[in-house]
Amino acid sequence: MTQQTVKVKNSIVDDGIEAGLARLTPERIESVIQRVLNREAGARLKTYARTCVHCGLCSDACHHFVSMNRDPKLSPAGKVKRTIGVMMQKKGKVSTDFIREAAMVAYSECNLCKKCVLYCPFGIDVGYLMTLVRRICHLLGVVPRYMQDTAHSQSVHFNQMWINGDEWVDTLFWQEEEARDEVPDIRIPVDKEGADIFYSVIGPEPKFRAQLIYQAAVIFEAAGSDWTMPGSPGWDNSDLCMFSGDNEMMGRIKRAHFEAAAKLRVKKIVMGECGHAFRSVYDVGNRWLGFKMPPIPVIHAVDFYHDLVCNGKIRIAKKFAQPITLHDPCNIARGMGLYEKARELAHALCDTVVEMTPNREHNICCNAGGGIINCGPPFKDKRVEANSVKAKQLFDAKAMGAEVVIAPCHNCHGGLEDIIHHYGVEMELKFFGDIIYEVMEKPE
Amino acid sequence: MTLQTLYAIIAGPLAVLAITGFVLGCVYRIVMAVRQTASDRMVIEYFHPRYALRSIFRWLTPYATVNMRRHPIMTLVTFIFHLGMVVMPFFIFAHMLMVYEAFGLSWPTLPDVFVEWMSWAVLLALVFFLGRRLILPEVRYLTTPSDYLILFMVALPFFTGIWAYKGWWAAEWVTLLHMLSGEVLLVAIPFTRLGHMVLFFMTRGYMGSEFGGIRHARDW
Ligand code: SF4
Ligand code: SF4
Repeated sequence: MTQQTVKVKNSIVDDGIEAGLARLTPERIESVIQRVLNREAGARLKTYARTCVHCGLCSDACHHFVSMNRDPKLSPAGKVKRTIGVMMQKKGKVSTDFIREAAMVAYSECNLCKKCVLYCPFGIDVGYLMTLVRRICHLLGVVPRYMQDTAHSQSVHFNQMWINGDEWVDTLFWQEEEARDEVPDIRIPVDKEGADIFYSVIGPEPKFRAQLIYQAAVIFEAAGSDWTMPGSPGWDNSDLCMFSGDNEMMGRIKRAHFEAAAKLRVKKIVMGECGHAFRSVYDVGNRWLGFKMPPIPVIHAVDFYHDLVCNGKIRIAKKFAQPITLHDPCNIARGMGLYEKARELAHALCDTVVEMTPNREHNICCNAGGGIINCGPPFKDKRVEANSVKAKQLFDAKAMGAEVVIAPCHNCHGGLEDIIHHYGVEMELKFFGDIIYEVMEKPE
Repeated sequence: MTLQTLYAIIAGPLAVLAITGFVLGCVYRIVMAVRQTASDRMVIEYFHPRYALRSIFRWLTPYATVNMRRHPIMTLVTFIFHLGMVVMPFFIFAHMLMVYEAFGLSWPTLPDVFVEWMSWAVLLALVFFLGRRLILPEVRYLTTPSDYLILFMVALPFFTGIWAYKGWWAAEWVTLLHMLSGEVLLVAIPFTRLGHMVLFFMTRGYMGSEFGGIRHARDW
């Protein structure tokens, strides 16, 4: 009966979460929560819990809260109260219904975007606290099914799309062949030892957007870069284990990625236009492995393209004519401060750049990030509805003339695409790579 | 017990006890927070004095952050309240006099009229905070009974302070209550949410470091 009411309230039933809940015992819940609260978490959890003055000033930061009629339960501190707050208070003695609710909150009502840090006077990092809740859910085996499936793929193949070793290299050869129609001598150098640049992408690129690899190859060629891509696991820089709470597996994936680069003795890792992958390599995964900074310098595509375009390493034939607006992905804006470089790059490539408001480190999240999009179809409507403010922000930019949204992140693309569709915003979405490829002087 | 002996106890050993409790409590809070970094090593690794101070100063400057500008009245009230609560007590003539009588130390103080007005402002600020807790749904949802108790505990020394200064009914007794409630408040700081007074510098300092030093982004 209780189960029934909860299901109706959330109206989302996730098979993975339900299956996990069915296996739980009160002792197991308590011991896992105790383990995370007392042994894995430390200064930040305790200090944040003690410091929060319940002022609610963080509320306006969160797109979930603002979009959902200012529901107090969705404010950052409200989410803490509903999850880890109770776990701490009850010392882990909580019910399975509570765990279901906590998993829903942590996996589908917070993108770990850390915007609330900029609004809370104390800089309380609710994203971090929700990561801890996810850690607990993972250890309890209560993870949304689609997300867990992706995590399984990463455990088996070290990529998130169940791509076999030969399929990966095949895709690279296929894209090389395609590109040769345009640039006859172009190569996608696989496993080239001693190259300057190790280029890594996320699993969905070879699976769904292989032309991005082709475009990148043309850009590298035009810039005369000495680059390579690895032929064996370690090529996928994405990381859903980081989001599911499987820190152990996250560490192994990151290690494979760094080791693939180290084996090829490259000078630096350049990664495609993905935000969460950057977070996993630069912020979370490296920390887990004990590196304060990544052991090999990691450069996000926006940073890399900025250098190529703004320092004249590739030439622009004719600037992009349609007015664009720029969406700052949280993982490279609040994660790496790339907002100014992204703007310089946009201005160098496009005739007209319209600012959406708020922007830069205050931009509104796409509501796909933090792995929410990877929770799959059951959560799609929820994530789109819980971000009506984003639609409004896009409509405003459109009213000012913008026709194209540049979003240098795969997750953002997924999220924004759904929002644009659902709310009928009718704007086009592009990566920087798309624009550069379109406006650059192509190599002969 | 006569008024005099009570006064002697409250102004003497109890005051010493309260101040000691406050100082030791704060030290304990800081030591505990630092010790807990044993299982959260990045906090120390990422700590960066320059960025920590950058963030702390930013958040101590009125209207210097986006969210402060979004809530202009709340910001105004908060700053006046904190000045009245944290800074003003040091510059009240009667307070200075007690230190002077005990240790012979003296320093310039604020005019009494100003202190009275500031105290009223602090009380009004508390009413404002209470109103927020009762009216704004997102704040009411977070509020626990202890939050109301804290508002009351902070109000008491200011209310009794004005009462005693004005010499209203039974002012001598209210003076004792004023001192006692101030002492209770002092000890309560490190052991309740009022501990944000010290922890602010740690949480904000850490976030400033992480944003400035690692994320190369502003945290305001
Ligand atoms: S991290 Fe982002 S999504 Fe999560 S509570 Fe904070 S503002 Fe909301
Ligand atoms: S703004 Fe900070 S202190 Fe205030 S309720 Fe939110 S998390 Fe707590």
